[in-house]
Amino acid sequence: MSGHSELTTGPLEYRSHEDRMTVLGFWLFLGAEIALFATLFATYAVLFGRTADAPTPQELFEMPMALTMTFLLLTSSFTCGIAIHEMRRGSLKGLLTWLIITLALGLGFLGFEIYEFVHYAHEGATLQSSAYWSSFFVLTGTHGAHVTLGICWAVLLIIQLKKRGLNQMTARKTFVLGLYWHFLDVIWIFLFTSVYLIGMVV
Amino acid sequence: MMDFLLNEFLVTGDPLIYGAMVSIVLVSIAIVFVLTYFRKWGYLWREWLTTVDHKKIGIMYIIAAIAMLFRGGVDAMLMRAQLTLPNTEFLNSQHYNEIFTTHGTIMIIFMAMPFLIGLMNFVVPLQIGARDVAFPFLNAVSFWSFAFGAMLFNLSFVIGGSPDAGWTNYAPLAGPNLNPGPAINYYLLGLQISGIGTLATGINFMVTILKMRAPGMTLMRMPIFTWSSLITSFIITFAFPILTVALALMTIDRIFGSQFFTLTGEGMPMMWANLFWLWGHPEVYIVILPAFGIFSEVISTFARKQLFGYKAMVWSMLLIAGLSFLVWVHHFFTMGAGAGVNSLFSVTTMLISVPTGVKIFNWLGTMYKGKIRFDTPMLWSLGFIPCFVIGGVTGVMLAMAAADYQYHNTYFLVAHFHNVLIAGTVFGCFAGLTFWYPKMFGHKMNEKLGKISFWFFVIGFNVCFLPMYFLGFMGMPRRTYAIEPEWMPLNVVSTVGAVLMAIGFIVFVYNIYYSFRYSEREKTGDTWDGRALEWATTTPVPFYNFATVPEITGPEAFWKMKQEGGTTYDKDNLEPIHMPSDSGVPFIMSAFMFVAGFGLVWEWMVVAIAGLIGILACMVVRSFDYDHGFHVSVEEIKETEEKAREGEK
Repeated sequence: MSGHSELTTGPLEYRSHEDRMTVLGFWLFLGAEIALFATLFATYAVLFGRTADAPTPQELFEMPMALTMTFLLLTSSFTCGIAIHEMRRGSLKGLLTWLIITLALGLGFLGFEIYEFVHYAHEGATLQSSAYWSSFFVLTGTHGAHVTLGICWAVLLIIQLKKRGLNQMTARKTFVLGLYWHFLDVIWIFLFTSVYLIGMVV
Repeated sequence: MMDFLLNEFLVTGDPLIYGAMVSIVLVSIAIVFVLTYFRKWGYLWREWLTTVDHKKIGIMYIIAAIAMLFRGGVDAMLMRAQLTLPNTEFLNSQHYNEIFTTHGTIMIIFMAMPFLIGLMNFVVPLQIGARDVAFPFLNAVSFWSFAFGAMLFNLSFVIGGSPDAGWTNYAPLAGPNLNPGPAINYYLLGLQISGIGTLATGINFMVTILKMRAPGMTLMRMPIFTWSSLITSFIITFAFPILTVALALMTIDRIFGSQFFTLTGEGMPMMWANLFWLWGHPEVYIVILPAFGIFSEVISTFARKQLFGYKAMVWSMLLIAGLSFLVWVHHFFTMGAGAGVNSLFSVTTMLISVPTGVKIFNWLGTMYKGKIRFDTPMLWSLGFIPCFVIGGVTGVMLAMAAADYQYHNTYFLVAHFHNVLIAGTVFGCFAGLTFWYPKMFGHKMNEKLGKISFWFFVIGFNVCFLPMYFLGFMGMPRRTYAIEPEWMPLNVVSTVGAVLMAIGFIVFVYNIYYSFRYSEREKTGDTWDGRALEWATTTPVPFYNFATVPEITGPEAFWKMKQEGGTTYDKDNLEPIHMPSDSGVPFIMSAFMFVAGFGLVWEWMVVAIAGLIGILACMVVRSFDYDHGFHVSVEEIKETEEKAREGEK
């Protein structure tokens, strides 16, 4: 079957059958991740408004901070796209440069998120204070943990790219990391809308 | 320190548990002694602990599942012993709670699923003409995380105490206030660790089946068991993340003090029931669909006819898979969600019986005018049909929300789900194991012993569970540890049935030993005059499965090959075969998961973090590993095949 054959043209990451399978497997994994986040979003929706004695989200959420975080993460998705574009052009240097910019933006996002959590804790909204805040911290925290993991993963990949250059295997790994990074961005769009925007209005 | 050990760490004060501790220590010493004496440590590590071969992983799954079936079965016997007569003081209520909890959890999570996943592992790549699964390394991670998760769960028995909130682990009963201590943590972490492996299996098998089929094998030419595995993998991939979240939320509730399912802080205990069954109902189909696939293969083979209504079989499984996500509320109609909600879920539940009924008639249609052979795998399949139909019909009775208020939490329900899970899943596992046993081990299971075990088990099964419907009508509640005098006669009958089932199980296990000693060795690869591609290989199957992969031109690939000629050893077209390298990382990584889990169970954060660092370190090692596997030379293939095919000439 032609699906099994090794190709000599086309994007590096799709040339071997094994790599094509890995990319499909990763898409399915992202499907499972969607189920995971959907469950967390549903939990958040059910527990919305159950703040008990803790402050309400209207009192704590601040638009400038949420917007800054959104800006940082969405931009990082764009730079990640450029990185993959550079990879397709065969430019290792371009790939590494844009990958590092992506990471810097991701780290910036993470810094704001940590600051945000600490700030809320000072205002009396912690994981323990009510059902609403439990679901808030676990939902956004799970996303934040994914970003952290993505950053560590990218660092490992940068080392491998430096050591081995661009080949089928490193190209596939980088491509999959790109998929993961864009996915986190999509999740954030939903987080921004259903947690921050709605939380500030309702 | 001593005080902590005796009062909290080790479970003390119960002779049954002292006995278990002694036997665990003795068995462990015996294993270490045997391995050392026969110098098998290296063999164990090289051939099994580090293997990525889907066939060996499948066999390990099945061995572990049979061990767990024994453990869960002992729990069942203890329960029956307690419930036979009124005023029995064999088990106290706490101990009884622990036993029904571990019985349910072990049977579903650590017996039914691994048994079927083991069969899937062994059979699916062979059925589609593949040389391994898509991600062999990940497959080993799946197995070892299941094995260490199961070990962690079972450890609760002697260290810290077993969970006691039922296999459904409802909040707030399972929450930190009403149930402090490590017991429930064992449940949460044991399931979490093994759940990671199950999710990986789901993804792995979807890719394997979608991407690694032999040339010419279109989706609608796939053997039906492969179809059932594909659909099961789909359900796993989308249902298990829900369990992951539910378990994580309750773990965070218990260890870090959040308020998801608590009674304080405006938490919602019923959220747990919803999340649990959002996973739990698809889970039921995860353990039944592969069994359906097995019955389809067996019935078609032993009726010596092509499967009747193949397309209807596929579509009905797809429908069942879709509907399985839309019925979860029927597990708690009495929650009080209102007439509208209950009606909706009542209807979706009844809808499932339609595709299931289609399948029943297709099996009957397959047998119609077939020349049926009554070998043991076929007996299990024939026993399945009527027994499962009883379970299905009582399921529709339970689906009627208004009537369910009467049945809810009575023995009627207990009888119902055992009727579907034992007649469906357990019979399916036994049918599948006896059917594929020759392919796995090179000899059949003894037919006579197989039939004895079948009759004991099936008669015992009906004697055990049919009375429970009537006990349910009489008002006997589920999970009670003491019975009223008027429930005694039927309970005595039920216990007799349980004993018969236990005898059936013992004969089944003895049969494994007996057949290993005395069964005639297989000379060809085609034991039962089979129809799908797994029978086209030699027995035992070479590690690379297929020397050459045949071109598939229609359904029932091997049946066609037998008529038109065709082989999996095309001498003139041999090419070197690429195979993945073994790795010890999956085993070590899962061992670290165990360490991290154990640390969280006891809320020893240092241990938990150490385990977590170990897991991450293993991931880093894997990331830097550019081992592309190795090639099997044409000469080696020739040598292996000539030797394996000597018996055929």
